[in-house]
Amino acid sequence: MERYSVFGLIKHALSYHENWQKTWRSPTPKKEYDVIIIGGGGHGLATAYYLAKNYGVTNVAVIEKGWLGGGNTARNTTIVRSNYLWDESAALYEHSMKLWEGLSQDLNYNVMFSQRGVLNLGHTLQDMRDIQRRVNANRLNGIDGEVLDARQVAERVPIMDCSRNTRYPVLGASWQPRAGVARHDAVAWGYARSADRLGVDLIQQTEVTGLNIHNGKILGVHTSRGDINARTVGCVVAGNSGVVAGMAGIKLPIESHPLQAFVSEPLKPILDTVVMSNHVHGYISQTDKGDLVVGAGIDGYNGYGQRGSYPTIEHTMQAIIELFPIFSRVRMNRQWGGIVDTTPDACPILSATPVEGLFFNCGWGTGGFKATPGSGDVFAWTLANGRPHALAAPFSIDRFCTGSLIDEHGAAGVAH
Amino acid sequence: MFYIHCPYCAEQRSEEEFHCMGQAHIQRPENPEAASDREWGEYLFFRDNPRGLHQEMWVHAAGCRKFFNVARNTVSYEIFETYRMGEQTSVTAGTTAHGREGQVEQVHKVRRVRA
Repeated sequence: MERYSVFGLIKHALSYHENWQKTWRSPTPKKEYDVIIIGGGGHGLATAYYLAKNYGVTNVAVIEKGWLGGGNTARNTTIVRSNYLWDESAALYEHSMKLWEGLSQDLNYNVMFSQRGVLNLGHTLQDMRDIQRRVNANRLNGIDGEVLDARQVAERVPIMDCSRNTRYPVLGASWQPRAGVARHDAVAWGYARSADRLGVDLIQQTEVTGLNIHNGKILGVHTSRGDINARTVGCVVAGNSGVVAGMAGIKLPIESHPLQAFVSEPLKPILDTVVMSNHVHGYISQTDKGDLVVGAGIDGYNGYGQRGSYPTIEHTMQAIIELFPIFSRVRMNRQWGGIVDTTPDACPILSATPVEGLFFNCGWGTGGFKATPGSGDVFAWTLANGRPHALAAPFSIDRFCTGSLIDEHGAAGVAH
Repeated sequence: MFYIHCPYCAEQRSEEEFHCMGQAHIQRPENPEAASDREWGEYLFFRDNPRGLHQEMWVHAAGCRKFFNVARNTVSYEIFETYRMGEQTSVTAGTTAHGREGQVEQVHKVRRVRA
């Protein structure tokens, strides 16, 4: 596999960029693998990559019914942060953040990770108390964070209306300087290319139609291109987790909801950070191309249709216009909806199941993108060792029966 | 945007007036003290999450504020039937012709009956 570098760019420029290699192979599935990963999104590809790179398991297949990174990986607002309240989730997301910081070099693929900071706004006194509590908890966990008052917020984002005259005045914010955004597609492509280079088979356009389970052990999967055997299967299918769990006769504490986002026409640089607000349900950043990326809350009902409802669009736009009156004439280019798998405590499920050898990585809900590297690494360790990684252990599915929930609604309920 | 027929108000109203409250017909364990952790956890947190026909509870929050049940397709978002608390739906996966994606014929039938 050819390394990407500035010299390569010059070399290929001489041949008019007509001789670039294919980024990954399209292999015919083998009869048997050591590990099968169902789902070729960011998390699944990251899992495959770290399995091969860190844990020495290279006989791995990633089975994807559509194309790589075509689900929520391509349908999110690309925000990366780790300012979660509880120790368990802070450790997991911070593990991810540390991997983000070296990811472009690690993958030899520019994921355009830009640490431009994230503001989480507070609009009520209780918001501000929660923000202070969360920032203090973050700092105790070694995660950067500051509490800003309204004046400091206004200095950082001059175009935002931080006056007292709005319906929900901005009282302050939490600020995580190391947070930021990354290029979502590049993350999937970078992981796919690097995993492929290490020998992982990426099998696209192949749908898993059933699981081959015998005597409580997983033996493989049935697919639209025949049966494939493996003693370890990891399921990383986000919104469709319930469907695959159903194939194994397992019920999950998950409900699938549509979550939508919008992209505006490209503008000149105007917003150099990420602004999120739980209270008025909206968040916004500007891509390097100039588009404003706006995110919303989930639609309130269960749904698998990959589109969002109009009242949610209206509600989100009201919030954004209230915060940024300057954007009131901006036209939106596109709107899309992804299907997110929400859990009762807004935390993921990284867990073994009653079926031996079958593992689930799901329930990331509205905020899975930021966790892509950490989730992949931790889940790869889990698959390689057949037991949960120390960071994954608190996220077992058993917590919904033991009662040790990790309530992250404050940090993850709306914000992403 | 879809419209929901409130069985109490007997009117088709915009979805904005309603809130979805999750899966319908969940039975609280008869004797909570005797329920195991697993049974209690399943009652509290584990839900059906079907791709297709789903029975769910909604509340007419900006109307009569009463709870009622809806049989709805979670892919096409078509509503097959709305019915009062304590009633059972007549819609099953069979009557919606597979209960899967894009089954609209049944809906129009139900809507006409309701109208």
